[in-house]
Amino acid sequence: MLRIKELVKRYGEEKAVLKNLNLEVPGESVVSIIGASGAGKSTLLRCINRLVEPSSGSIELNGTELTKLEGKALRLARRRIGMVFQGFNLIDRLTVMENVQSGRLGYLPAWRAVTRKYPQEDIDRAFHLMERVGIAHYADKRADELSGGERQRVGVVRALMQEPEILLADEPTASLDPKTSRQIMELLRALASELHLPVLINIHNVNEAKEYTQRIVGMRFGRIIFDGEPVDLTNDAMDDIYAGVPAEERGDAESSTHLREVAAR
Amino acid sequence: MSSTVQKTGRTWKKPPFIANPMLRWGLLIAVVAYVWWAITTLPFDWERIQDGVPRAIRIFKGAFPPSFIRGELLFDGFMESIKIAIVSTLLGLALSVPIAFASASNIAPKWLYTIGRGVIIVARSFHPVIVAILFVKAVGFGPLAGILTLTVYSIGFVAKMLAERIEEIDWGQVEAIRAAGGATFVTLLYAVIPQIMPRQIGLSIYQLDSNLRASAIVGIVGAGGIGSTLLNAFGRYDYDFALAITLCIIGVILVSEAISGRIRRNLW
Amino acid sequence: MVATTQPTGPEAIANREWSRYTTKERWRRYGLTALVALAVVWSLSTINIIWPWLWDAPEQMGDLFARMFPPSLEGWQEIGWTLLETVNIATIATFFAVFLSLPIALIAAQNTTPNRFTLWLGRFILVSSRSVNTIIWALLFVAVFGPGVLAGILAIIFRSLGFLGKLLGEAIEEIDRAPIEALESVGASRLKILVYGVIPQVMPTFFAVSILRWDINLRESTVLGLVGAGGIGIILQGAIDTFAWQTVATILLAIIGLVIIGEAISAYLRKKVI
Repeated sequence: MLRIKELVKRYGEEKAVLKNLNLEVPGESVVSIIGASGAGKSTLLRCINRLVEPSSGSIELNGTELTKLEGKALRLARRRIGMVFQGFNLIDRLTVMENVQSGRLGYLPAWRAVTRKYPQEDIDRAFHLMERVGIAHYADKRADELSGGERQRVGVVRALMQEPEILLADEPTASLDPKTSRQIMELLRALASELHLPVLINIHNVNEAKEYTQRIVGMRFGRIIFDGEPVDLTNDAMDDIYAGVPAEERGDAESSTHLREVAAR
Repeated sequence: MSSTVQKTGRTWKKPPFIANPMLRWGLLIAVVAYVWWAITTLPFDWERIQDGVPRAIRIFKGAFPPSFIRGELLFDGFMESIKIAIVSTLLGLALSVPIAFASASNIAPKWLYTIGRGVIIVARSFHPVIVAILFVKAVGFGPLAGILTLTVYSIGFVAKMLAERIEEIDWGQVEAIRAAGGATFVTLLYAVIPQIMPRQIGLSIYQLDSNLRASAIVGIVGAGGIGSTLLNAFGRYDYDFALAITLCIIGVILVSEAISGRIRRNLW
Repeated sequence: MVATTQPTGPEAIANREWSRYTTKERWRRYGLTALVALAVVWSLSTINIIWPWLWDAPEQMGDLFARMFPPSLEGWQEIGWTLLETVNIATIATFFAVFLSLPIALIAAQNTTPNRFTLWLGRFILVSSRSVNTIIWALLFVAVFGPGVLAGILAIIFRSLGFLGKLLGEAIEEIDRAPIEALESVGASRLKILVYGVIPQVMPTFFAVSILRWDINLRESTVLGLVGAGGIGIILQGAIDTFAWQTVATILLAIIGLVIIGEAISAYLRKKVI
């Protein structure tokens, strides 16, 4: 269970990027977050594992308050949160196996990490997961020799190697072609149910969100203005979230009464 | 998520950098053997070396604080070094341009190319100190030898870089001018020179900086500049003056590097 | 850069002008040229050159070359062995310098250094090392440890640290942050992030720069002997002092050969690494 309360993120003196955000994600659900660029989706995700520092508020994962952790405690907590990135964020020159095993770096003793002598259990786990996603035969290939879709699968396996309690995916399909995109989304959906994992996915493709996830959260200007099932995502709701406002005219959401009505819903 | 993972019985090892095990081990053994052999055959005078630490202490005591009493000598030495650097950079640049053209495979005929590249190789192979010694023997002590040395040094670097740049130019521009009826020299002027100019300027500034550093040391063999001053100081055991000179050399090099870096950055 | 006038009307069009540089630019160019000319004139007029020697120079150089010809094969064995010794000095010294430069580069790079003090220390070490020429280092070490190969090896090590450390440090600062972000999200410690995220990215540069420095050091080690720090320089100095010009010629040819071979090996290895 992920519980976010009154999360605020402000850069310097500027307006807040995240404004008093509240969100609860129970175990074993696939939740997608949609919204225009700049709505704060990425910032929200990164606040959870503290890649971005929240300005105030509380983020609680299965009873642990994440915002107060420092140093070693933070690293231990990060092990429990898996993340999949838009740019895959793999280590290009290392092999797929090493990339995948890097997900265990929070658990491995330093000497094993440096010498690449991974415990048999981790190797078994890695092969098991790689076979599940279909990349086991690439174990010895350099990560930069793979295609986009294959690289993202490596990213997914790396995250799962952590045995995380929650999986965060930051626009995992934005760099992929439509067909591969759907494969990855299907993979995430299937894994979520197989591993009983809560998954939070930032998506820009609303159709994929509707098709592959059970719950859609819509963000705009740092607030959540929609939270419901895909069927509830009407055109009106879509307008509220995406209302095509050009960048120069991006005003303050609070001045729009219409949006306040939606938020109150 | 609990971890009841099926045991696959598969192992994994990182694929080694060199696949062939014989080659890998052979290379490793060869390297270790070489290092061992090299260290043992190098003639170390251990007795003299043991004297090293007390000597070092004595030298450092003598070197602090750095003495600027003979500041005038220092200043003169530096001025001479700067002048040597300026003249040899200019001369070197002027000579490098024709040599570079002669060493560009896309411009020079084969026989000229071989000569040009040969000149560059000879200019580069010798450490400026060796070249300085030869020039000192030929034209005597003093800055003249230094200028000649650093001119050769400049040619070795600038001509090579310029030749590479010429070989990389966009040939389309040359064809265009030729098609319009341009003769050889005009073609060079309009099609080639503009393409190499930015690199040329960057190289010039880099070489000026380089020559300034080098002029500090060719003096050590008598080719003028602050190097001679330094050598004399060491020879007279004037370690405090030597330290002063060295600190100034470091300072001048840093300043020169900063200026040259700043200018080159603004060029791009 | 182009200065065009924008007139209208047939007469104005007929009288259009074009010049490549604006007036301001032209002044700037003249100014720069004048500055350079001034610098050259100042240098040449105040420099301590005995002009008759300059006019004499071509004849003197010709004379010198004549005396070097033909190169003599006398004592070729000693030359050969000392050449080998020179190669060993360069190689061993580069070998050690390469290992020492990695930790220094790590603390001199902004993204991997533990704190401000180590950053300053790392940069200070690199700058000092780079700014003092190998020969000057050699002078120092000869004064401390006496003439011999140890002074030469140390001189090369101390100079190479700055070269290697600077280039490596820049490579470290320019790495792709994306994998680092991923490793942080996994809960890896700084050391593990270094080993998995930083080192693999700078490996190619590390090898290329090391090989390049070895090539340069080969050249440097040929002159160490001239200040007493071992290698073929000692024999060269001896031959010059005794006016054995033909032996000098042989030694010079041997050095050219060494440098050319070194460059060939270095170019080949660097291609394999990228």
